[in-house]
Amino acid sequence: MKLIVAVIRPEVLSDVLEALFHADVRGVTISRVQGHGGEIEQVENYRGTTVKMALAEKVRLEIGVSNHFVEPTVAAIMTAARTGDVGDGKIMVLPVERIYRIRTGEHDQDAVTPLPQLTA
Amino acid sequence: MNNADIGWMLVSTALVLLMTPALGFFYGGMVRAKNALNTIMMSVMSLGPVTVLWALIGYSLAFAPGSPVVGGLSFAGLNGVGLQAQGTIPHALFMAFQGTFAIITAALISGAIVERMRFGAYLAFIMAWMVVVYAPVAHWVWGGGFLASAGALDFAGGAVVHVNAASAALVAAMVVGPRKDYGRQAILPHNVPFTLLGAGLLWCGWFGFNAGSALGATPIAALAFVNTMLAPSATLAVWTVLDLVRGGRVTAIGAATAIVVGLVAVTPAAGYIAPLSSLALGAIAAVPSYFALILRARTKLDDSLDVVAAHGVGGATGALLTGVFADAAWSGGASGLMSGNAGQILTQLYSVAAVLAYSGAATFVILKLIAVVMPLRSTGRTEGVGLDVTDHGEEAYTAGDGAILIPPAGIAARTAIESAPLREGAAS
Repeated sequence: MKLIVAVIRPEVLSDVLEALFHADVRGVTISRVQGHGGEIEQVENYRGTTVKMALAEKVRLEIGVSNHFVEPTVAAIMTAARTGDVGDGKIMVLPVERIYRIRTGEHDQDAVTPLPQLTA
Repeated sequence: MNNADIGWMLVSTALVLLMTPALGFFYGGMVRAKNALNTIMMSVMSLGPVTVLWALIGYSLAFAPGSPVVGGLSFAGLNGVGLQAQGTIPHALFMAFQGTFAIITAALISGAIVERMRFGAYLAFIMAWMVVVYAPVAHWVWGGGFLASAGALDFAGGAVVHVNAASAALVAAMVVGPRKDYGRQAILPHNVPFTLLGAGLLWCGWFGFNAGSALGATPIAALAFVNTMLAPSATLAVWTVLDLVRGGRVTAIGAATAIVVGLVAVTPAAGYIAPLSSLALGAIAAVPSYFALILRARTKLDDSLDVVAAHGVGGATGALLTGVFADAAWSGGASGLMSGNAGQILTQLYSVAAVLAYSGAATFVILKLIAVVMPLRSTGRTEGVGLDVTDHGEEAYTAGDGAILIPPAGIAARTAIESAPLREGAAS
């Protein structure tokens, strides 16, 4: 089991989610985050105040998957989130010690395998 | 001149002016957060260059004596537009009142091209459009042009304002093209309360728009005022029923839209029909616009904020129903089908068709000419980021986290150590 953490541009979120659903990835958690990754900073002006936005808006995805789902998941995010410019983000794959499904108490492989009747 | 008339027209002019920022909020609530400022600015900026052009040239083309097609240049640069009487109010006040109509008509078009048209190209477009399209069309109906001679009834601008803007909107949506996400991803309104606020302010301003079009504090102004209250309420009531039947729930965006549709529909009729007729007119007008909205969303036409369904369909319905309900007993002259003048409907149809055709064709030409000089729309990338940041260098909603102050040239930013004692001082 792995935890895939991806940081992407907010404007590609819909494309990434669409790609993930096409890759049969059913469980995902997202959060709106801010970060800095070497991209050109946006300069904004408010009356006499000029500011450089050093933190860019990003979206972080967290996806717990079984081992054979790692490659398709990474490929889906990589394709959908790439614009080719600095600031496209990162994908990190982390080892996971245990995963539990709270509703049933199932753990590990079973916990990240969607039930067939729930996926329809 | 009459001081009561002057007083009412001063108030009316201010009320109509308020409608343009109100439209900004009505539209601004319906777009995504990343385009909120851009969308509101499309309305707000109409208050600047369009007003200047109106004073310099537009007013003359609309209201100076001229041919049946366009006014002359005798009022250009406000020449001769002073405090002498125009009707019962000062000429300059009449110019200002009519100017507020030009401003909002230009701003209405923005609803069709939000979230992808470049701001510079948009400004160039509304400036050209006001001079080339709005001013002559206003002349046709209100400046003694050929539609006035034909006997078309347009009390406050069903054809001049709403059908005119909607025809331009339809063509602009087609020429600029759909948003890249249109029909592919859900595009949801980011602030529905803004839209309701805008609708409420529009209704309030519309009392100046319609009752002010009587051009004085007269009984006809009172009639137009009452009709402006009754017709949208009937539209809202019928819209509620349609919403309930169709989806089982009454929607807020639907209510905001219904108010605008009712106001649009009663605009050409306001000073010509009986109050009871305006209830009927408002109720009937809900139906075509309601279904036009649903139908439009199933097409490839990205008229993003439904200018065509609300203002085009609503305006045309209102213009035709004016030909049905106009009542000499109330209007003091004009009569329609219900009072035995069936031919009025054809005259109304003629006026709608003339405005529709000219506005659409001229809009196409203006946009194509602007496209020669500058691109009309943003690239896919900037569209994704949102036009607030790319076209204005501002964001509607930012906490300012991570913003680094760039001090003006020659002035060093204070360091954290320098400013720390100040913070302690403030706390004690």
